[in-house]
Amino acid sequence: MASTPQESWNGRKKRGVPEGLWIQCPTCNATVYKKTVDEALNTCPECNHHFYVPTQTRIKQLLDEGSFEEWFSELSPCDPLEFEDKKPYKERLIEEQKKTGLKEACVAGRGYMRGRPLILAITDSSFIMGSMGSVVGEKLTRAIEKATEMNLPVIIVSGSGGGARMHEGIISLMQMGKVSAALSRFHKAKGLFISVLTNPTMGGVAASFASLGDVTLAEPNALVGFAGPRVVSETIKEKLPDGFQTSEFLMEHGFVDRIVTRQKLRSEIAKIIDYCVFQ
Amino acid sequence: MKKPSVILPFERPIYELEEKLNALEKKPTSAQVKESIRNMRVEITHMKKDVFSKLDPWEVVQVARHPDRPQLRDYIELVFDEFVELHGDKSFGDDRALMTGFARLGEHKVMLIGQHKGRNLQERNECFYGCAHPEGYKKALSKMRMAEKYGIPIVCLIDTPGAYPGVGAEERGQAYHIALNLREMSQLETPIVCTVIGEGGSGGALGIGIGNHVSVLEFAYYSVISPEGCAGILWKHVKHADRAARALKFTSQNLLKMGIVDEIIQEPLGAAHRNHRQMAAELRATLMDNLKKLKGFSKEELVNHRYEKFRNIGVFEEKFQEEESELSETIQDE
Repeated sequence: MASTPQESWNGRKKRGVPEGLWIQCPTCNATVYKKTVDEALNTCPECNHHFYVPTQTRIKQLLDEGSFEEWFSELSPCDPLEFEDKKPYKERLIEEQKKTGLKEACVAGRGYMRGRPLILAITDSSFIMGSMGSVVGEKLTRAIEKATEMNLPVIIVSGSGGGARMHEGIISLMQMGKVSAALSRFHKAKGLFISVLTNPTMGGVAASFASLGDVTLAEPNALVGFAGPRVVSETIKEKLPDGFQTSEFLMEHGFVDRIVTRQKLRSEIAKIIDYCVFQ
Repeated sequence: MKKPSVILPFERPIYELEEKLNALEKKPTSAQVKESIRNMRVEITHMKKDVFSKLDPWEVVQVARHPDRPQLRDYIELVFDEFVELHGDKSFGDDRALMTGFARLGEHKVMLIGQHKGRNLQERNECFYGCAHPEGYKKALSKMRMAEKYGIPIVCLIDTPGAYPGVGAEERGQAYHIALNLREMSQLETPIVCTVIGEGGSGGALGIGIGNHVSVLEFAYYSVISPEGCAGILWKHVKHADRAARALKFTSQNLLKMGIVDEIIQEPLGAAHRNHRQMAAELRATLMDNLKKLKGFSKEELVNHRYEKFRNIGVFEEKFQEEESELSETIQDE
């Protein structure tokens, strides 16, 4: 696995992606063999901590082998604001592409899950925090429009700590409206949308498509919320309650239907599809 | 002249000149004094035009947040002929940051939805400085649905730093309720006219911002994130908010150029806080004009028009590399 694109490209340690043969679990602190973690669908064999999953691995975990057909890969990002913080957005995009092997934070397409055809889209938190700019918004919108046309269920696995992407400014904010409007048409056409929340799903992504599932599933202990925990604690000037903005917190407050471990994710999604679509 | 609660640094020379003018006007009138008064008025007008045409984006933010800037409740008084407030989301409470109710605008009966920041400390505490909670978005959606039921057009006046970031807000589903508004607003079969009157703060603004016609006041701004928030994340310190403001390109001119808004509503000389009445008259005229235009649309046209408006926003490249390479391979094969 040493040469996979998940390995840091510029020597900087990448979020949630362990390197080397042995890794330490951030939850139980156990030192675990990486291969065992990989075999356990990127979870800790000791405490079932859910590690980050790169897009391609996620596709393999969810869909029938070789069944995924990527769509809209011709879309690539631009720099409409000529944005520059510590480095120009254009350079940042190239760096992120090299680092992750992805062209953008979202991959979408059609695949089969235990024989059931569906549209799958994934936002990957390793690419500018999985934030939604024009390309992410457009890919999701096209995927949903296609699903409406083809009458297929839509599964979106969100991993977006960044919400709407700052580097594309107000255009990113409007993607929230665009994707939600597409979901609205899909909803009206009685399409099934299963939203899967993974660590982290925040901000503008949480406040648009990720919250609009007919059924909302969440991986255990994922960070999910609108405002970042730091912003909330600065606003209330208090320490945040334990477990604030976790999947469990959301389920307790009624915003998640089921918390599903990664081992059961595929079978649970398939089951829900069977209840709603293939009766 | 009413004393302003805040004089922004770039406004200082204007106020100084105005004070001089005041003093001059108190002097016994002579031909010479009259002449200087006239000259000074011309000079003040020029200065206002000059200063406000050259505002830096960060200065625009200061104008948009000016404590004397007219707010929702001022516009309720000055723009609308009547307002019948409808409180409550029928589930949790009545969010004071987001007001809803029937309103009359000449011949148009509308549903008014808007954010209010508060003009004094008591109001501001009640309204959380214009930051709505989930119950506010829920209330807005239920009133908008009612408006749809009776074919009443919806007018949204947006003025918020953002949706409230608090424990209660998260517990009650801030993200979910904003998301739901985005989805549902896009399907409402009644005209929706939105205007950003001050701050258009990210998701909290967009949550009542899916309109057929979206306009922005000249010195309002509409942004994906507050300049402070952006500076904190990208430059690691709030003190770089001015740089973030420049980078985010969120002033009315930028918004119009990028096709995010359909129209800029001009503000009076020296910005809205200098002349509430004139600003209100301008806003009233624009709202009425757009309501009139949308009146001719069928339900289906309204929904499609709103869909297409948002559908077309996005800047990206489409490169069909694979097809090209496949094509060249086929040619070689042949």
